[in-house]
Amino acid sequence: MATLKIEDLHAQAEGHEILKGVNLTIEGGESHAIMGPNGTGKSTLASVIMGHPRYEITKGRITLDGEDVQKMSTDERARAGLFLAMQSPAEVPGVTNSDFIKAAMNARREEDDPISLFKFIKQYDKAVADLRMREDLPHRYLNDGFSGGEKKRNEILQMRMLKPSIVILDEIDSGLDIDALKVVGENVTSMKDDSLGMLLITHYQRILDYISADHVHIMMQGRIVKSGDRELMQKVDSHGYDWIKEELGIEDERVIPEDEARTALGECAVKESFNE
Amino acid sequence: MMSDGTKKKIQDIIGQYKYGFKTDADPLYDTGKGLTEDIVRDISRIKDEPRWMLDFRLKAYESFKRKPIPTWGPDLSGVDFDDITYYKKPSEQSERSWDDVPENIKNTFDRLGIPEAEQKFLAGVGAQFESEVVYHSTLEELEAQGVVFLDTDTALREYPELFKEYFSKVVTPEDNKYAALNSAVWSGGSFIYVPKGVHVEKPLQSYFRINSEQMGQFERTLIIVDEGASLHYVEGCTAPVYTTDSLHAATVEIYVKKGGHARYTTIQNWANNIVNLVTKRAIVEEDAHMEWVDGNIGSGINMKYPACVLKGDRAKGTTISIAFAGEGMHQDTGAKMVHLGKDTTSSIVSKSMSARGGKVNYRGLIHHGDDALGARSNVECDTMILDERSTSDTIPHNIVKNNAAQVRHEASVSKVDEEQLFYLMSRGLDESEAVEMIVMGFIEPFAKELPMEYAVELNQLIKLEMEGSIG
Repeated sequence: MATLKIEDLHAQAEGHEILKGVNLTIEGGESHAIMGPNGTGKSTLASVIMGHPRYEITKGRITLDGEDVQKMSTDERARAGLFLAMQSPAEVPGVTNSDFIKAAMNARREEDDPISLFKFIKQYDKAVADLRMREDLPHRYLNDGFSGGEKKRNEILQMRMLKPSIVILDEIDSGLDIDALKVVGENVTSMKDDSLGMLLITHYQRILDYISADHVHIMMQGRIVKSGDRELMQKVDSHGYDWIKEELGIEDERVIPEDEARTALGECAVKESFNE
Repeated sequence: MMSDGTKKKIQDIIGQYKYGFKTDADPLYDTGKGLTEDIVRDISRIKDEPRWMLDFRLKAYESFKRKPIPTWGPDLSGVDFDDITYYKKPSEQSERSWDDVPENIKNTFDRLGIPEAEQKFLAGVGAQFESEVVYHSTLEELEAQGVVFLDTDTALREYPELFKEYFSKVVTPEDNKYAALNSAVWSGGSFIYVPKGVHVEKPLQSYFRINSEQMGQFERTLIIVDEGASLHYVEGCTAPVYTTDSLHAATVEIYVKKGGHARYTTIQNWANNIVNLVTKRAIVEEDAHMEWVDGNIGSGINMKYPACVLKGDRAKGTTISIAFAGEGMHQDTGAKMVHLGKDTTSSIVSKSMSARGGKVNYRGLIHHGDDALGARSNVECDTMILDERSTSDTIPHNIVKNNAAQVRHEASVSKVDEEQLFYLMSRGLDESEAVEMIVMGFIEPFAKELPMEYAVELNQLIKLEMEGSIG
């Protein structure tokens, strides 16, 4: 059973500290939700766990089954069992969805033992049908020209195919209509078992109607300020966050300025100009 | 934020050259180094040409001497015209059976995989070694349909009238210094005529091999696709690696008649000591379509801008190209689209990459004439610069002379995108696999236009070179 342990984690981007002492432990079989207003460091936490080069850990540590995650490259973390379903998945033109997922699956296998094509297609077709995605998905270029909802479902499809032990779902509900939300909820829920550890990051409560979480954490000012169970979630749902701020004496909960908060990852990933 | 390992890997994309072997082959005849009027006469005499061709050559030679070296592009001052051998005859004649080709030359083409490709998927093959075509063969069924596929010298002998009607009408010796040089000393190349309404289903291919040092290869290709006919022609080129430069200055002229369709695919993979200065142009008539699929992977200096003159109404021109520039390489490539007819359309998609200090430029021309009302052009050029030492410039020229035109130009320059890299790695691909995937994806719009066998070859070439550098 996998254990992801985050201790007193501090991280910065371009000299600006965003995470200021996060503590969180996720055991296999558990589901955690991190909630909080925009700009409080939730998505940064997800990116730091996965090793995004934009962020630098300045203090504290992350371990997966006792192994120091900080010493692993992003791909090593993935192969060790971590999976991040991204808020804004990158588009990779020219690379087909199926070639990509097959390569990712084979990256977890011995070089002389790639997955059989028959087995792969069977699994893939099943996942495409379960997620109610377009049948031409295998031949479409990776996320290229996908709608927001298609991108999110494609993340869940990869998660199903790659069978990770700890998954982080970063705002998986954003950009999804209610039908798509249901489909995503069903598919994630069907993966839940005694060994899968899950971390849901969201600022709306509605995803939790479809994917249940046993542990709920509130993030403000770059750390977890309050933890509880479903009751806490319901209170946030009906009362918002102001009562927590009041209770804890927090005036400004943000760590990322408002104009930057939504473009922290991926939005302008495809054709960034070269200016060195 | 790429690791040094990845930097090395992507630098090596353009690293190894697997066609650099040399063949021991004594020519039957060569004209020695340098160029004089006597050598021009000599070439014409050996070929036993009609008088008009000798006159054409001599006039072109005068214009070659007169014209200055162009200075608007890469530095060409390193080409020493006195150090080049302009004509080298490798064998007695062009053969129709590989068994009759001199053994060492046949072995060369074996190693390049030409006879194998011919059997598998081509309708006809020509193979040129130095100055002459040593092998030429076409499927009988094509000949029965009236398709002519010959080396250009043989075509001059066997189809003198057809030849004279079209030769040097699209690219004249006055066009530029290297077209003049080619006109003066041309030898070999392909001549294709596709009769009205005939569709050549499988590609025809010619392969050009320069074998010796300080050699000049000046083939001349002339293609006529008659009304409603279609053709796919493929050319490939390689050479051994030497320390001194060789020159390749070809001329390609194409006519696509009313409603016809021609596709001309090039996989240019010269060794880095080849200076490649090629003039390629097509005249496209009413409702006809010309496509250039232009792959520039090799050569030291390369200047090549395949052109379509969209002469007839609703004529269409398409160019899709890739250019790779590695260490010591300067690719100055692009495309030209000249719109003369009404409602003509053109599309240019250019994908360039530079690494290890290479320089890759896109240079293009879109010209809409006075009468080209309703014409539309679309240009998209994307460049990927793989390290800090490499460079790229985009130099488009757009000229519009009427008020009813549409011209769209999009350009992007990028590094290997950090978000793409992170995304692929977050699924378990290591850095070099991820970079390879992004690079392959970048050139996919080009690769998917190639016949399957070439696409596989192109992909393997790049993958092999990247794998080779994983330590």
